[in-house]
Amino acid sequence: MDLRNTWDQWPDANGRFGEFGGRYVAETLMPLILDLEREYRAAKQDPAFKAEMDDLWAHYVGRPSPLYFAERLTEHFGGAKIYFKRDELNHTGAHKINNCLGQVLLARRMGKKRIIAETGAGQHGVATATICARFGLDCVVFMGETDVERQKPNVFRMRLLGAKIIPVSSGTGTLKDAMNEALRDWVTNVDDTFYCIGTAAGPHPYPEMVRDFQSIIGKEARAQILEREGRLPDAVMACIGGGSNAIGLFHPFIEDEGVRLIGVEAAGHGIETGEHAAALNGGKPGILHGNRTYLLQTDDGQIIDAHSISAGLDYPGIGPEHAFLRDAGRAEYLSCTDKEALDAFQLCARLEGIIPALEPSHAVARVGEVAKELGKDGLLILNMCGRGDKDVFSVAKALGVDV
Amino acid sequence: MGRERIEAAFARAKGENRAALVTYLMAGDPGLEESYAAMCALRDNGADIIELGAPFTDPMADGPAIQRAGLRALANGTKLPDVLVLAARFRKDDQTTPLILMGYANPIHSMGYEEFARAAADAGIDGTIIVDLPPEEDAGLRAIYGKLGLSVIRLATPTTDETRAAKVADGASGFIYFVAVTGVTGAGSADPAAIAGKVAMVRSVSGLPVCVGFGVKTGAQAAEMAKIADGVVVGSAFVEKAQDAHETGKFETAAPAMGELAGELRRALAGVPKA
Repeated sequence: MDLRNTWDQWPDANGRFGEFGGRYVAETLMPLILDLEREYRAAKQDPAFKAEMDDLWAHYVGRPSPLYFAERLTEHFGGAKIYFKRDELNHTGAHKINNCLGQVLLARRMGKKRIIAETGAGQHGVATATICARFGLDCVVFMGETDVERQKPNVFRMRLLGAKIIPVSSGTGTLKDAMNEALRDWVTNVDDTFYCIGTAAGPHPYPEMVRDFQSIIGKEARAQILEREGRLPDAVMACIGGGSNAIGLFHPFIEDEGVRLIGVEAAGHGIETGEHAAALNGGKPGILHGNRTYLLQTDDGQIIDAHSISAGLDYPGIGPEHAFLRDAGRAEYLSCTDKEALDAFQLCARLEGIIPALEPSHAVARVGEVAKELGKDGLLILNMCGRGDKDVFSVAKALGVDV
Repeated sequence: MGRERIEAAFARAKGENRAALVTYLMAGDPGLEESYAAMCALRDNGADIIELGAPFTDPMADGPAIQRAGLRALANGTKLPDVLVLAARFRKDDQTTPLILMGYANPIHSMGYEEFARAAADAGIDGTIIVDLPPEEDAGLRAIYGKLGLSVIRLATPTTDETRAAKVADGASGFIYFVAVTGVTGAGSADPAAIAGKVAMVRSVSGLPVCVGFGVKTGAQAAEMAKIADGVVVGSAFVEKAQDAHETGKFETAAPAMGELAGELRRALAGVPKA
């Protein structure tokens, strides 16, 4: 099989990435996701849609984000040159807005007046609320009640932006339950509502659509590194929860077979403890939230709650394209514990003057090993997908510091 | 028996000039023993078809009543093989009442489609309704079911148009479950007049009996729905009886309470001649 021409052909017409993905939704939603797919295909072909997005990306979000040579971190590890793709400098402080902007513009095109979203840490909720405020659309955010309690600043931010927050107490009151509740809302309000999913998962066409919107990260990074270094990197790295920032970085490099694609999952207290969020490294294939993918689950097919110090990685599944890339051997998936992420968080702050979010801290924690493996002539890009302002209180608490 | 048992149940109801009564209970809520008693009570009080809910942690199409029922069943250790054992126990003494397993894809996927289908057929299950397995995704299961005579029962909804109804009907057997409201189970109540046209369209496109469910709780509502449907599905109202039994700690009250409700519903249906 000539893989060079196959990596970027996915998903197929049925929304499958190999044996992953698909459309596992209740019948009520089938006409809606088929309609969404048609509308998305049309928008993708429409130069006006792209022009509007490019304009807002440049003037509202602040794209392109810089590609920054992390000189002191490179020196510290003594291996490959490490570059950061600075998506934490985006408006609202993370990569999430790339996707929200695309989906909300699509919703407007479809004449939908009400946007719903799920959120864990609140970053996707804040980004969705931001774009909805910008366009004067109703915004309803579902958030597990545990998360509402521990992410108060983001809850307040969303309210300032005019969003309505619905705390979800069903199930275990975490991100997966927020997603269940958003799906229940969508099933109920089929006429006027657009579901803005925050990661590259869910029923087709979401994994493809979110990937496409996030691919701006990799497209820019590819052009920037070619300009700076005159060649492609040896590896690109990103943290993985649902995997939207990672697939956004990976995808434009997917046909460049010399470029290693490396994702880092959250190992929580350690994969061996069972308290983690590493669906690829510690789960098995199953069906949840509209797609077939790797999931944390019991032997009886019940979903297990994820654990990570990073609320943004705290999800028992992963986007189906990552499941595919892993099984096909195109991408590698490492993991990092809460403790390692905390150490990397501090290291990055001290050496680079950049306080990373806890999510990319997971990638920072593994970057040293990869840099050493590649050696001094190597070149790698790490996606700094979010800033750490939101995490300072939880990090202080984890370090035993009273703020 | 599979689909023939389902077809026979509809033929009997039709012979009595009434809609069929389809009742749902969550297996293992409040306990498996009580579920067995409840199945017998439902049958004895006039249920034509029994839907046996298989619990799942993340039931995205269900409202609070069935969500909680599933979590209670899981909390007392109910697993998919236990649901099949329960079905087999009921089937040992009852060769007539169709049993439909209703649940979500992942526990079945985890067991393996082939293994599940064989075990279900052996247990006397006649068909399944798998909420998150639309026609686009059930080809694997359907192929195995065909060999075993099991029915793939599909859902139609107020968002189903004629083109979609044909897709839903293709490969379906037994009956079509028409979801009366856009929403989750147990929420709101449907207006029969608003969906009568859709129900008739789905019946005509599929050539199968159409049972209407979601939001039907009382005899009066069931009687109204019976005017436009071949069968009426009641779920959350039964599950609430199990919840009452759980909350009072008197698990043994679940089956009689569910039987009583089934009797009320069946009497209501008897008074509504089929159109």
